[in-house]
Amino acid sequence: MKAQATPKLRKWALYYSPLNRWALKVFARNLFVFRKTWTTNLAFNIVEPLLYLAALGAGLGMLVEDVEGMSYTQFIAPGIVATSAMWAAAAECSYDSFVRMYYQKIYHAIVATPINLQEVVAGELLYGTFKSVLSGTIITIVIAALGLVPSPWALLIPAVLVLNGMAFSQLAMIWTGIVPKIDNFAYFFTLIITPMFLFSGVFFPMDVLPAILQQLAWLLPLYHIVALLRSLTLGIVNIDLVFHVLWLLVFILIIFPLPQYLMRRRLIK
Amino acid sequence: MPVVVEAQNLQKNYNGFPAVAGIDFKIQKGQCFGILGPNGAGKTTVVAMIYCFHPVSGGKLTVLGNDINDDPRAIKKRLGVVPQENNLDLELSVRENLLIYAGYYGIKREVAEKKAEELLYFFGLSAKAGQEVDKISGGMKRRLTIARGLIHTPDLLILDEPTTGLDPQSRRLIWEHLRRLKKNGLTLILTTHYLEEASQLCDDLIIMDKGVILDEGKPVDLINKQVGTKVIEVDIEPNRRNSLINSVKNLIRGYQLADATIYLFIPEDETEVMKFLNASDYANTYQVRPANLEDVFLKLTGRGLSYEDDTGHESTSYAKTS
Repeated sequence: MKAQATPKLRKWALYYSPLNRWALKVFARNLFVFRKTWTTNLAFNIVEPLLYLAALGAGLGMLVEDVEGMSYTQFIAPGIVATSAMWAAAAECSYDSFVRMYYQKIYHAIVATPINLQEVVAGELLYGTFKSVLSGTIITIVIAALGLVPSPWALLIPAVLVLNGMAFSQLAMIWTGIVPKIDNFAYFFTLIITPMFLFSGVFFPMDVLPAILQQLAWLLPLYHIVALLRSLTLGIVNIDLVFHVLWLLVFILIIFPLPQYLMRRRLIK
Repeated sequence: MPVVVEAQNLQKNYNGFPAVAGIDFKIQKGQCFGILGPNGAGKTTVVAMIYCFHPVSGGKLTVLGNDINDDPRAIKKRLGVVPQENNLDLELSVRENLLIYAGYYGIKREVAEKKAEELLYFFGLSAKAGQEVDKISGGMKRRLTIARGLIHTPDLLILDEPTTGLDPQSRRLIWEHLRRLKKNGLTLILTTHYLEEASQLCDDLIIMDKGVILDEGKPVDLINKQVGTKVIEVDIEPNRRNSLINSVKNLIRGYQLADATIYLFIPEDETEVMKFLNASDYANTYQVRPANLEDVFLKLTGRGLSYEDDTGHESTSYAKTS
């Protein structure tokens, strides 16, 4: 019995082994390019969420009474951090990864070196996560400067953003492994990212929705991220947070083999 | 001489289609080994298996002493690859392309910088080191791709159609560089459909078509064995072909028909055949020239090595007119 279980376990472990020093070299390549272009690269990631915050907080917020005992701007600010970090990861590992893989053939160039394709994918995911954490953290600092981050628990926000970044980098990379053309990413954003953006409790409390939608929201990774970030921002810390973290960890671990598998199937005949 | 690559009954199927249908070959250390054949012959598939990109469907493939299935990473550390399609990193400069690529091998920064300067100098790219890759010419991109394949000082360099799509001048420059690399003792594997490229560079070659090896050997031996030393091209009316062939068949080694031309393969001395052609009125025009690899290919397959390239226009190996 035990003799059989071990190789099986090893086979499963193989799916997680690409997160290694070879993957870091791929990450380092992307980071090198990022250092050349970071000003424009980051500006878009940061300006847009702040526009949302301004328009919805200062504009729509005038029409909205306090939500759950706080100003509307205070209510949406943590969600804006979560969504901007989500967009950063999703965009990096979809459009940008696709360009590297399909048009520039960078994956082909790298797999001729000692690095294998699974490690290329892992390196891309690390980079998507990095960009996500970076833009989420910068927005957090900006909203803190605006007085919207009352609790020191907010120092844990970057750790939550790591989970956020990993989850959405993986979801995007799955599409990159599948889509025939770059235009097909429109489906990913329209069917997955935008609904998540709108229905994860960023703009209104979940309890205004019908019960069935509230339950469905539990299936969305962004719902858990928003709950975590709002709690940490406001300092409302309880056991629920552990469950949100666990949900995200399990989600990340379960889908982790998928982008690797799909990319192999796509490129290696 | 030590064997660097050995294939035994090597096979590759794509969805049931046999791209490589069971071939055997050996590549010795220090030689330039050519894989010659038209597009679709299976050349790229063979080299992609050697550099561990495509998994092998059947047979055995040993590279640098390792079975391909055992430890691809150990093999890939020691070989350099110049793919058919340029895949330079367009977001990096010429020099950065070499340095970042060195990073993939885990080469220390100082070592990589020194090696990069050497390679840039060797390939005449020093003046372009800071340029974006997009801005340099096609020939330079090709040379940079070769330089990139050498950044980790490999034991074996694989070049997949290294001069396809280049103008003749850039092509000759690349040949010159490859000759110098060979002189320094590097083992080269080269796929090509240019006969002149194969005869200029290769010590040993296999001629492939439709996934199988048609013949193998040194270029000169192959020509002598299959064709002879000279070829007379005769332009003739189709209805007079048979009678000409009957008249000269004791003087020739063989012949091949292609369009309006008969290629007469001459073992050594063409004087008798020429005398006959001069005296008779068979031929509209005729000329004698040294036999080349194109004749070998023509004889083996019954067709030329001309091919459709990616841009859609027909191009023929320019070795033909020599």
